[in-house]
Amino acid sequence: MPTNSMAQANVIDIKDEQVREDLLRPLFHTSRRFYVLVFLLVAIGLPGIVTFVYQIYTGMGVSGLTRPIFWGFYVTNFVFWIGISHAGTLISAILRLVNATWRRPVTRCAEAITVFALAIGAQYPIIHLGRSWLFFWLVPYPSERGIWPNFRSPLVWDFFAISTYITGSLTFLLLPIIPDWAMVRDRATGLRKRIYTVLAFGWRGTPREWHRLEMAMKIMAVTILPVAVSVHTIVSWDFAMAPVPMWHSTVFGPYFVAGAIFSGIAALIIAMALLRKTLHLEAYLKPSHFSNLGKLLLVMSLLWIYFIFAERLTVWYGNQPAEMAAFWSIQSGRFAILFWTMVTCNFLIPFPILAIKKLRTITGTVIAASTIVVGMWLERFLIVVPPLEHKYLPYDWGRYHPSWVEIMITVGTASGMVLLYVLFAKFVPLISIWELKGGQHTNPVPHQAQPAVAGTQVRLDPTLPAANS
Amino acid sequence: MPRWGMVIDLLKCIGCYGCQMSCKAENATPPGVTLARVEVTEIGSYPNVTRVNLPLLCMQCNEPPCERVCPTKATQIREDGIVFVEEEKCIGCKYCMIACPYGARYFVEDTHAYFGEQGLTPYEKAGYAEHGKGVVQKCDYCRHRIDAGLAQGLTPGVDREATPACVTNCMAKARYFGDLEDPNSEVSQLVARAQAFQLSPEFGTDPNTHYLPAGRLVVAAEPANVVHKKG
Repeated sequence: MPTNSMAQANVIDIKDEQVREDLLRPLFHTSRRFYVLVFLLVAIGLPGIVTFVYQIYTGMGVSGLTRPIFWGFYVTNFVFWIGISHAGTLISAILRLVNATWRRPVTRCAEAITVFALAIGAQYPIIHLGRSWLFFWLVPYPSERGIWPNFRSPLVWDFFAISTYITGSLTFLLLPIIPDWAMVRDRATGLRKRIYTVLAFGWRGTPREWHRLEMAMKIMAVTILPVAVSVHTIVSWDFAMAPVPMWHSTVFGPYFVAGAIFSGIAALIIAMALLRKTLHLEAYLKPSHFSNLGKLLLVMSLLWIYFIFAERLTVWYGNQPAEMAAFWSIQSGRFAILFWTMVTCNFLIPFPILAIKKLRTITGTVIAASTIVVGMWLERFLIVVPPLEHKYLPYDWGRYHPSWVEIMITVGTASGMVLLYVLFAKFVPLISIWELKGGQHTNPVPHQAQPAVAGTQVRLDPTLPAANS
Repeated sequence: MPRWGMVIDLLKCIGCYGCQMSCKAENATPPGVTLARVEVTEIGSYPNVTRVNLPLLCMQCNEPPCERVCPTKATQIREDGIVFVEEEKCIGCKYCMIACPYGARYFVEDTHAYFGEQGLTPYEKAGYAEHGKGVVQKCDYCRHRIDAGLAQGLTPGVDREATPACVTNCMAKARYFGDLEDPNSEVSQLVARAQAFQLSPEFGTDPNTHYLPAGRLVVAAEPANVVHKKG
């Protein structure tokens, strides 16, 4: 049984009653700061919605999109948010599957990011449409219009990938919340009790229920992994399938997936640090959690620099005139500042911070994560815009300048993302209480492995709920 | 079934923009949308530089990348090879514009007036009513003229009424139109010439629009001829 010092540092040894008290506090007590924050976020987000309505009303001309750059901020944001969404489900599923015990306080924060980032990211293809109100024409259902989606279009693949992913990750998020909601139901009164009674789906905590929940989570964790990988691969294929210089590349699938996990972990670290401060979760989200996630981030940072090197080297060595035009505009031309900022943000700053143990503190990882989020947005931008400015035939070149409309919508949706997260923290304990308690046993690993074995042999194990609740 | 094709003789093109104007008049396209256009390019490097007028329109590819990526099947290929947009079905995702290597597609951002504060002219009002807003437009070889002509028993490429507007209005007679399936048609004869070329055949699009070279310069708009250096 491996009981090294790191495992010790992760053990959260707090009494059950205290855990409930700490983690359910945000649900029962609302401070003035919460209302101020919500008001601020709405105040930033609302202009974004108004701007979108304005864009629909006047036409796409108000955006900075112009020939031939018809994918700009909107598609950049789309790829960025879908990337952020890879934080949760992927990380949480992997950590569940390998039984990493330190995951327990982290998983729900991560899964929530996935769902909300997807919800925000999925808006962008719709915002980007010339006729946004007709987006449902991508849904294959027989209609008198005679419209049936073209399954050869990567955009249709996208539609199915994202709707599958959002369904899966929502299930993955909501399933383990049910016992916690039941706990809230048992403690609440009045209207709150009625709401949580509905949300708790009549959870009683019988052995059969615990067993089914464990099994469902195992199945979900396995199924969600290929879905998550396929989603960002398909997003990358939106680009790689089009004959545009530097897009038509075989490396794009894994390159996008790696970048997605990279930015996702960074977003997770930032969210965790903010929650730790605002909700006073210092006893639950310990420095060791940040250090562990920091190590993952370090691996992804190295993977990212490897991918970008591999991608750039092959383009440069291939020396095709059309590709070189886009290549040099990024490397030393108009976009050079953005490119080198991106490399600094994604590698030069985070690498030393994350590699040196002394610097891999909470502050250190948060600094690294913040630069990475900025860097990854720039990466998405540099993938989308410069190649479109330099398409194959030189008479079809142009320049892209984002308009205020695109900036307003970008800022608005970012604040929408934070708002969703803040509201979520109000209705759901952001650390899974029952999982945390399951992890408090001195020897959590065999306990975790037990249900599956017992379940297949005996079908119903009476000791299971005792261990869990 | 015929397969309509066009041949543009770059040696004859004088760069008068007549095709661009006649296309605008025929299809009533709003500002910023030029389904047929002329790009003036310089090719070669000093001292062997030539100016070439390169008339462009939709290449009407046999393997159109735009058709493949359209999510709602708004872009379709007719049996006679014409690639067109059914604007009713277009949701404006602009993916086809990204996929088209020739830049032949235009997004109708807004049907604003040519003469600003005056508002729409009667001609614009009538013309714009036929087109959607927030959709993608492209050249379809004036398929309305071809269809109407065929219904009257006319031959596209021979009879003016049944021929695309840009071809009938080319004052240098640099454009030829006709059936590529018919080996005796004028276009087939021209395409059979050794110098005839398709624009950027390396995209594998197999266009039905062919070009004849201007002088010795066989490939007119090859990006390889434009030297890109840093920046």
